[in-house]
Amino acid sequence: MGHYAYFVAIFLMVAGLYVTVARGNLVKKLIGLSIFQTSVYLLYIAPGKLIGATAPIVAPQYATYSNPLPHVLILTAIVVGVATLALGLALVVRIREAYGTVEEDQILAEDERRDADA
Amino acid sequence: MLDHLPALQVVVPLMSAPIIVLLRRPGAAWLISTLASFVAFAIAVALALRVAETGTVSYAMGSWPPPWGIEYRVDALSAFMLVLVAGVAALVMPYARRSVAAEVAEHQAYLFYAMYCLCVAGLLGMTITGDLFNVFVFLEISSLSTYVLIALGRGRRALLAAFQYLIVGTIGATFYVIGIGLLYLVTGSLNFADVAQRLAGIGELRPVLAALAFITVGLGLKLALFPLHQWLPNAYAFAPSVVTTFLAATATKVSVYVLVRFYFLVFAPSQALEGVPVGGVLIALSAAAIVAMSLVAVFQPDLKRMFAYSSVAQIGYVTLGLGIANEAALTGSLAHLVNHGVTKSALFLLVGGIVLRGGDASFASLAGLGQRMPWTSFGIGVAGLSLIGVPATAGFTSKWYLIAGAAEQGSWWIVALVVAGSLIAVAYVWRFVEAAYLAQPPAGAAAGEPPLSMRASEAVAVALCVVLGLVTAFNIGFARRAVGLLLGGAG
Repeated sequence: MGHYAYFVAIFLMVAGLYVTVARGNLVKKLIGLSIFQTSVYLLYIAPGKLIGATAPIVAPQYATYSNPLPHVLILTAIVVGVATLALGLALVVRIREAYGTVEEDQILAEDERRDADA
Repeated sequence: MLDHLPALQVVVPLMSAPIIVLLRRPGAAWLISTLASFVAFAIAVALALRVAETGTVSYAMGSWPPPWGIEYRVDALSAFMLVLVAGVAALVMPYARRSVAAEVAEHQAYLFYAMYCLCVAGLLGMTITGDLFNVFVFLEISSLSTYVLIALGRGRRALLAAFQYLIVGTIGATFYVIGIGLLYLVTGSLNFADVAQRLAGIGELRPVLAALAFITVGLGLKLALFPLHQWLPNAYAFAPSVVTTFLAATATKVSVYVLVRFYFLVFAPSQALEGVPVGGVLIALSAAAIVAMSLVAVFQPDLKRMFAYSSVAQIGYVTLGLGIANEAALTGSLAHLVNHGVTKSALFLLVGGIVLRGGDASFASLAGLGQRMPWTSFGIGVAGLSLIGVPATAGFTSKWYLIAGAAEQGSWWIVALVVAGSLIAVAYVWRFVEAAYLAQPPAGAAAGEPPLSMRASEAVAVALCVVLGLVTAFNIGFARRAVGLLLGGAG
């Protein structure tokens, strides 16, 4: 059971990827994408933590330190994830204004109908 | 000042973006992004000259020495890519003013230029950095701005194309992060050279293989490696012409470059690749890309889509050389990055001119183009020859090296494949020639060339298609030096 953090991360990873690929609703796709990205945060942060260790403060009473670098990296990745989600949602709003729907199959059908008319 | 050129290479376009957003005026925005891209090009050339003279330049960001701090590393390979990216960025800017005014709403034009600068900064950053995680950050800077640039295209289909690319691109980037996370867990370092050194002592380990797989798939999505290319045709077809040109010439190429760094400078020195048929898989996928995508290109109803599918096929030639991985084939691959970049920019610039005058680039509207737009048609013809790989054009030189590399290995079917791919390219370029020169123009069709500023960029790009085929000092010469670095070990 020592690897249970990895099991959780991989479950979230696969679940997120599945939702992204399998769902036709554009908002649900973005939710899946977010879950997928979040799983990577866990993958990075879990190995950085040592149980019983502290932040790397140099003082005589602390001997074991956790690695802070993964946290810093993931802070950047979270910012990127938020930016991606915001941009994705903004695009969905524009798509809904242009097509009147956020279902991928309806949008594609609409495009095909337009092609057939032309 | 001159010591800080590696930092300025990224900082100049990066800082131009907020300035443009503050100024808001389209004219000023165009001027600043033009200046920024030309300054970036000058810096790239200066760095390339310095690398040629004194060897690899290593720059410690914020004076934190590598491997702890972020290192900017300019070597024979990255200098070559910097010149390509910054060169294309500068090449399309004179063209952009009129083309963007015609294709992007006026109140959005300044945002277009801001995003363009960010995209250039991201791609240059991916190229110059020597830090694994920094590559991801710059990859996302360039990707996020690319999604916006594509969504600014005319018509609502651009929105869906941008959204689909966003989903696929984010999955690709996240795969890349998983890959480097695994490498970090194994080695405890994020510096390319340092990771390579530590991996060499480790030998075969399953997380390293998993990292290899994640990085290959992640970057494969970004570089449109067949069959991970589905996002590309729509994104290229519905984006504004300037964006299509810039992306086709640089974005996929930079991802190839990052993949090359991983294969030859990180994984190859360790034993991780032994017994894993990376080369074989790459060759098989590339062969499929070259044949299938060239055939699909022949049957497209629209010039932009046709050249988009052709791009996927041309990426196949590049990855083919990586799969063969001997000196001649790698030289061909790297040279093809430049040759195809120049050829496709010429083609997409010229197609943008047709879109500006005629509204679209479907084959139906191309009838008699040779009479209506003689220069544009002539240019597409010349660049088309380079796409096919006719001798004395840029496309020929790289395919020659690819064929030489395949023959050296005795893989005659690959030689036949490259020739077959070129023959199919003849078929799709011929479709244009047929429509433009052998059909009568319909009465009342739009005539006249695009404005002079656009023709200047087009002329330079078309001229480069021929010049790079005759004077091979830049493309082949630089590629050879870069290959020396790749095969000579961690350098």
